[in-house]
Amino acid sequence: MSKQTLFDKVWDAHVVRKIEDGPDVFLIDRHFIHEVTSPVAFLGLENRGIDVMYAKRTFATADHNTPTINQHLPVQDPLSANQLQQLETNTTKHGISHWGLGHAKNGIVHVVGPENGITLPGMTIVCGDSHTSTHGAFGAIAFGIGTSEVEMVLSSQCIMQPKPMKMRVNVNGKLGKGVLPKDVTLYIIAQLSAAGATGYFVEYAGDVFENMSMEGRMTVCNMSIEMGARGGMIAPDETTFNYLNGREQAPKGEAWDRALAYWKTLKTDDEAVFDKEYTFDAADIEPQITYGTNPGLGTGISQNIPLSGDVIDGEASYKKSLGYMGFAENEQIIGKKIDYVFLGSCTNGRIEDFRAFASIVKGRKKADNVTAWLVPGSHIVESQIKEEGILDILTESGFELRQPGCSACLAMNDDKVPAGKYAVSTSNRNFEGRQGPGARTLLASPLVAAAAAVTGVVTDPREFL
Amino acid sequence: MIEKYFYSKNKNIMAYDKFTVLQSSAVPMPIENVDTDQIIPARFLKATTREGFGDNLFRDWRYNNDNSPKQDFVLNNPTYSGKILVAGRNFGSGSSREHAAWAIYDYGFRCVISSFFADIFKGNALNIGILPVTVSPEFLHKIFTAIEADAKAIIEVNLPEQTVTIATTGEKESFTINGYKKNNMINGFDDIDYLQSMKGEIAAFAEKSLY
Ligand code: SF4
Repeated sequence: MSKQTLFDKVWDAHVVRKIEDGPDVFLIDRHFIHEVTSPVAFLGLENRGIDVMYAKRTFATADHNTPTINQHLPVQDPLSANQLQQLETNTTKHGISHWGLGHAKNGIVHVVGPENGITLPGMTIVCGDSHTSTHGAFGAIAFGIGTSEVEMVLSSQCIMQPKPMKMRVNVNGKLGKGVLPKDVTLYIIAQLSAAGATGYFVEYAGDVFENMSMEGRMTVCNMSIEMGARGGMIAPDETTFNYLNGREQAPKGEAWDRALAYWKTLKTDDEAVFDKEYTFDAADIEPQITYGTNPGLGTGISQNIPLSGDVIDGEASYKKSLGYMGFAENEQIIGKKIDYVFLGSCTNGRIEDFRAFASIVKGRKKADNVTAWLVPGSHIVESQIKEEGILDILTESGFELRQPGCSACLAMNDDKVPAGKYAVSTSNRNFEGRQGPGARTLLASPLVAAAAAVTGVVTDPREFL
Repeated sequence: MIEKYFYSKNKNIMAYDKFTVLQSSAVPMPIENVDTDQIIPARFLKATTREGFGDNLFRDWRYNNDNSPKQDFVLNNPTYSGKILVAGRNFGSGSSREHAAWAIYDYGFRCVISSFFADIFKGNALNIGILPVTVSPEFLHKIFTAIEADAKAIIEVNLPEQTVTIATTGEKESFTINGYKKNNMINGFDDIDYLQSMKGEIAAFAEKSLY
């Protein structure tokens, strides 16, 4: 028992039954649902004539498909409106908590879970969205599931999962000026590639993560899926406990003390072994940017686009990727003209991200050639932006703030980047067409996004710091 | 507690067609990192039932903006057809949308062969009755070569035996799948039935849980 990893401890505590030569029957503590991946699951329950087993362990929010302006008006697109209506109907029918469009706590599922204290250390958390890995920042096992599994959780509070292998990624040392958690994760993904952690569950360790805020840890765990990992987690510590203490749904009083005592045991034992381990030096990480069509195709902002022999992707796939982006091997990325900037998503739509963005645009003006979409992750983040005076800074610099939602992260609503245009985006995926058919995405941190927003070209943010 | 495979009690619910031996020509797509946003772009995820996604499978690779078919895309090439899709490394990466698997199924594929699958896609495929078969990079190359030589080359995927055979050359490789899932696929059972059958055990476990 003394040689367990953090992941083992949480996983093993949730195995209801082990199946020989098969998956584990795995108990889920918290289940988040949203409008896009849940309707068919509810339909499945109806067809089978079965009910929701524990309605109180599921939480619904509308985010993927919601407009980010005029949220008080009826949703224009009839299909989107129908999905939102179905979520409302399904949650009401089954007695599930629902923070729909217009609710004071509405926002992106992976932003509202943690900020309301629904996400806690040692939990198992799933949602029909691959970035559920975000919640791993609290020392929870959290990962994305498909709609069949949403139906399983609703009907039995369990899914059937083979236990993944274990990987640890250590980053030690001190991060340089202008290097944010987003840069740390983009750097790790570039080193491991977009499939480098497939089959694994990752633990992040080392001083860089120990010294990181909860917001930063969420950014890092969020992106775990972009290197193929099912999820990522960080051992809970004082930073975690301080963040949670007093949050609406976090335990209180005696229950808090009991929980805290347990949470303190949630760390990897010294002797524990991982199936794979990587160690990086913080000093090697500069602000990052991606140039291709998967998140593994990224590099330090001052670097040139690599030659095809230097990337893991096969030559044909790499050339297709650069062709889509309109880039060539060995070109410089700095100075590339851009058209859109997107600050937001469950990766970088939290208060710290807006603070970082504001720190650069303050006293400067948005470049005329740039359309900027600044989308808070939730109404709570939106209020913080206003209270801290960040909105004034943004307005003075020529930016507008939109209303919360997933927005241009997946471009399901109207926030679509037009074909052929370049967007510096703080979201998590640069796939072909992710931000709109034909859109070209460069993933980066809020500082890199801010520097691009005021100059109109890819710019090293360290020039402004 | 360790249990042998489950045999469905509820025979009325067949989650999907049974899968035993599939012999079919195959559609080659030698592209790496085919992500679920390519398989089915987000703007087509607004339906609230699982049918009809096949029309938009690979939408932006398959059609121009004016909805005319892109002639050079493999699904628009009548030379290739079949129930097997053969794709490059890291197939199905990205989003957890099960719609990607639904689209592939709805189009008519029952099996995807690649040298490497993203985890969530693989699980989703198995849950809806598509068999994801992982072969070695060398064998994948052999399949592509065989299809290049003869577009109608038959590939046999034998689930009970866990083998893939290229009929034209006789080359064969075995693949792995866990026994539980294999049994489900062969019999058309699904996990939801299994979980329903053990609700008492789950409830007893869940009551003790801290959360
Ligand atoms: S912001 Fe993007 S990645 Fe996050 S939950 Fe929404 S769609 Fe998924």
